[in-house]
Amino acid sequence: MPEQNPLSYRAAFNLIIKRDLKIAFRHSDDIVNPLLFFIIVVTLFPLGIGPESTTLARIAPGIIWVAALLSTLLSLDRLFKSDHGDGSLEQMLLSPHPVFILVLAKIIAHWLVTGLPLIFIAPLLAVLLHLNENSYGALMLTLALGTPILSLLGAIGVALTVGIKKGGVLLSLLVLPLYIPVLIFATSAIDTAAMNLPYSGQLAIIAALFFGSLTLAPFAVSAALKVSTN
Amino acid sequence: MWKWLHPYANPEVTYHFTGKLIPWFKYLSLALLSVGLVWALAFAPADYQQGDSFRIFYIHVPAASLSMGIYFGMAIAAFSSLVWQLKLADASAAAMAPVGAVFTAIALFTGAAWGKPMWGTWWVWDARLTSELILLFLYLGVIALHNAFEDKNLAGKAAGILTLVGVINLPIIKYSVEWWNTLHQGSTVSKLGKPSMSLDMLWPFLFTFFGFAFLVAVIVCIRFRTEILARNSMRPWVKSLVLAESK
Amino acid sequence: MFEQLNTEIQAGDIVQVEGPNGAGKTSLLRILAGLSMPFEGKVLFKNQSITANREGFHQNLLYLGHLPGVKGEMTAQENLEFNLELHGLNKDDAEQTLEKVNLLGFEDALASHLSAGQHRRIALAKLWQSQAPIWILDEPFTAIDKLGVKKLEQLFVEHAAKGGCVILTTHQDLSLDPELVKKITLTYRFY
Repeated sequence: MPEQNPLSYRAAFNLIIKRDLKIAFRHSDDIVNPLLFFIIVVTLFPLGIGPESTTLARIAPGIIWVAALLSTLLSLDRLFKSDHGDGSLEQMLLSPHPVFILVLAKIIAHWLVTGLPLIFIAPLLAVLLHLNENSYGALMLTLALGTPILSLLGAIGVALTVGIKKGGVLLSLLVLPLYIPVLIFATSAIDTAAMNLPYSGQLAIIAALFFGSLTLAPFAVSAALKVSTN
Repeated sequence: MWKWLHPYANPEVTYHFTGKLIPWFKYLSLALLSVGLVWALAFAPADYQQGDSFRIFYIHVPAASLSMGIYFGMAIAAFSSLVWQLKLADASAAAMAPVGAVFTAIALFTGAAWGKPMWGTWWVWDARLTSELILLFLYLGVIALHNAFEDKNLAGKAAGILTLVGVINLPIIKYSVEWWNTLHQGSTVSKLGKPSMSLDMLWPFLFTFFGFAFLVAVIVCIRFRTEILARNSMRPWVKSLVLAESK
Repeated sequence: MFEQLNTEIQAGDIVQVEGPNGAGKTSLLRILAGLSMPFEGKVLFKNQSITANREGFHQNLLYLGHLPGVKGEMTAQENLEFNLELHGLNKDDAEQTLEKVNLLGFEDALASHLSAGQHRRIALAKLWQSQAPIWILDEPFTAIDKLGVKKLEQLFVEHAAKGGCVILTTHQDLSLDPELVKKITLTYRFY
């Protein structure tokens, strides 16, 4: 019984992305709710701190980025949880493809539906927070490079906790410390941009973090998933 | 490869071997700590700037460096467990985690207590204190993950993956925090003039450092032995051990 | 759980793993499939550890666990097509395959509107297309009616005759000729 018709890596990758996007769009609450959360958290800060525009402008980068971290954290749950619950994760792990490819596809699909919308909505919120005009480019760029890192690192945490019943709180404990470098460099890039100084250094470091996590995180996720489905 | 390690991969042999090590570590630690602490707290010269409050250094610095050292120890154990499937390595990582967390907490508290007379406040967002705080979070994450699994075998593997992810991130976090710190605070007061530690300060420091290190070894060995027993409770050798003990 | 289990399963075998609840039937199947790691011991496929050549082994394996792996957000046909493609099979005959498991007319229904038995049938449908020689099936007959069970048993016999092997657990008695079925019996032991 020869069975030699395995999908190419690229085809397997596309297959998973298409499937995950299809599921996400048919279950669009999962896309909209973290976004709403992002918006609400950001609007809470002016209410708590006061409407003074210079103060708000000063803390805007931090607020937007912390809100982005938290909303990513909320959306991470859907990355593996439902697949684990209904057995499709097992089927993927038992398919004749490297788990690395499948995991990478799932993470990218997750970023497309949760990270990408943040980038588009962030400038609007920046207006509400009176962010310095020079900083908009930096805000968009750091989000574009940084949110994939959040999805990649977060995936490790989800993969580790997916088999645990009440893994939500634990997940934040595991993942948030890992987000610290992204937070530091992203907000600093935005601050530097506000002073009209070049921020390519910070951006380069975020890019390095991005490529580092892009290559390493899928391995950690695969290993963690094997433990979680054991 | 690793043939020489093989007998120690047997839980029973390791159990008895570590049992023999404990008294050595215990007395060494006791001797070093009693000499070192008395020397450090009573006889070593006070710092010319900071006075006697400087003496907390003899506890703070060993605790801080051991907290890092234990994390690296855990990472090595996790690595050997994942790569060579050494089940005992999992047990040793599980034994180390809470000890490391406690030493991190000690480093934080003594750091705060030192900060009060030096900076006039309990907490400063000093780069070292901040990264120590984040190290504590990493430890707590590993411990929490370990507790979340029913099956200790799986718990060890999951915690091991997290430890390895943490150890890759640790330098990045440390670097970013230092960078963030210099960016926001200008230069903070450096806690000790590093190169110019005089010999009569260095000796008691070495005594306390190694005293604490052996203390860690004792506690880890004891915890390691209980982990071994817990994981092998079904095995005949544990049963006969318990029977022999109870006679 | 179980100790000193040593079997060799060959092409053409239908193996039924039996034993009381909690004896470790599911654990054994998961270990055979490479999902779980045995505490001690190993699983060999063509004299090679299954962890050493994971992808090669999985090309020869079809595993169905307790969970059907069916997504409620996708239609019956989409689910089957995805499953087929994931295992490198042709998805063009998905509709005809659904007919074989009596799901004709449901192919465009969202799986969330279907019953548990229908989910299981979607999952089982890929057996008709599978070219993998090793089938590991954990309770494949759950929520399947008598006629369906008959059809499946027929399929197992054909598969074995073609040189495949089937390893399954079931609470029902197989109505197959006992000569065709090997049994592995696990016993529950208190320590």
